Amino acid sequence: MSSRLETAYYDLGRLDLLAEKDSPIHRLDPRAKVAATLVFIIYVVSFSRYEIARLLPFFLFPALMIGIADLPFGYLLRKLILVSPFVIFIGVFNPFLDREIMFQVGTFEVSGGWLSFISILLRFILTVGAALLLIATTGFPAICMALEKLGLPEILTVQLLMLYRYLFVLIEESIRIMRAYTLRSFSGKKPRYQVFKQLLGNLLLRTIDRAQRIHMAMLSRAFTGEIKTARQFSFGTPEIFYLAGCITLFTFIRFVNISALIGKLLLEAG
Amino acid sequence: MSHHIVEAKNLEFSYPDATRALLGISFKIRHGESVAIVGANGAGKSTLLLHLNGYLTPTSGQVRIGDFPLTKETLQEVRRTVGMVFQDPDDQLFMSTVYDDVAFGPLNLGLPLEEVQARVQKALETVEVLDLKDRPSHRLSAGQKRRVAIATVLSMSPDILVMDEPSAGLDPRARRQLIELLKSFKHSKIIATHDLDMVLDICERTIIVNEGKIEADGPTADIFQNEKLLVDCHLEKPLRLQSCPLCSH
Repeated sequence: MSSRLETAYYDLGRLDLLAEKDSPIHRLDPRAKVAATLVFIIYVVSFSRYEIARLLPFFLFPALMIGIADLPFGYLLRKLILVSPFVIFIGVFNPFLDREIMFQVGTFEVSGGWLSFISILLRFILTVGAALLLIATTGFPAICMALEKLGLPEILTVQLLMLYRYLFVLIEESIRIMRAYTLRSFSGKKPRYQVFKQLLGNLLLRTIDRAQRIHMAMLSRAFTGEIKTARQFSFGTPEIFYLAGCITLFTFIRFVNISALIGKLLLEAG
Repeated sequence: MSHHIVEAKNLEFSYPDATRALLGISFKIRHGESVAIVGANGAGKSTLLLHLNGYLTPTSGQVRIGDFPLTKETLQEVRRTVGMVFQDPDDQLFMSTVYDDVAFGPLNLGLPLEEVQARVQKALETVEVLDLKDRPSHRLSAGQKRRVAIATVLSMSPDILVMDEPSAGLDPRARRQLIELLKSFKHSKIIATHDLDMVLDICERTIIVNEGKIEADGPTADIFQNEKLLVDCHLEKPLRLQSCPLCSH
């Protein structure tokens, strides 16, 4: 268990490392990237539920991002697979519930359920993938600040920022507790409920102590209840080009049936 | 401006659980002085430090910082004057990036944005970590965290630096660099620590706290020669003042 925790910890750290890279995408103002990702997600989910073919051209965007920002495809894919069980659960019953035959490929009959299941999977890959790419090119803190500048209430963004900052401290603390437990429990089994309860209680107490010390540190720096940041973003020409480019591309893909066009071209050529 | 910058008058303090942590502590610290506060675990060092910026209110007695007695009204001014560096940098660095952390204090003081930026820049330059500006705090090494933690108070331009165990958890080189850094500061410094060798380097004066009282207060050189006093207070001579284990000179 502890080792799984440690893997998760280093994995999260890796996402931070990616965000520290330097590429044309990384250098953009976070607001532009957040806005582009939002538009992308809205377009992707706006199709009818049986749509598959028209979703495919949207993969152009993540492909471009990975290429330009030089991100490790395998790592991002693994992250996606990690979350995928949730989505698979949502869609997996569709083929049983919706048995209406939509079309036939040879003797194989494709039901509406299968179509919607695949459509859900594609949408999941596209939307979660886009969010992951956003984090990997921007970094979580910068996204929060961008969201605040875009109008999200400060109380939410501050909570998110603090959550992210102390997630690492909390995980480290849990890892230490689990290590101490593992080293003195020779069975190698997971902690029994009784023990686990105490470990959890211990973690809670440490967290409360920590919170108190953090508050102390805030007060000694003249904290009066409002968290302020001095970060300034610059929304310049590159951002305008990026955002305009993205929106044009997405709108084009959304409203022009590229798959059908390509199919038609191929048929005519053949 | 008074001659003394920090003055504690007969401080007494009991925790809510009736633990008596301070039993009448008095001292005066002059401008530019560096004072070490040493003592056993649980002697009351940290409790004492928390009185110096008004986090704890004494049960009786008074703290004066500069020209002000420490009261509710002067609290903000005192907290600007007294820069407090806590023992665990993870407590001190609560913002998500180094830059935001260092800017936190100046922003709370209501300084204009250009001034804040200039101060952040200067503070990070002073502790030589300007290149870490945009890094998330949780991805720094212990030595870097310590430096950033110091920068977070330097940016408020304090007159007094109060530090709790600044050298704890640092590797020997990071510790040495920290000592050199602290020596270069012109501020008055109050340092609570177990690292007596560091005290030799930085502080000309030492106060020994034992069981909530001041056991000794004087020039560091004199105090560290008094072996009986040190042993009575759970301390020992700094290693540098002990004879060499190999040649016993």
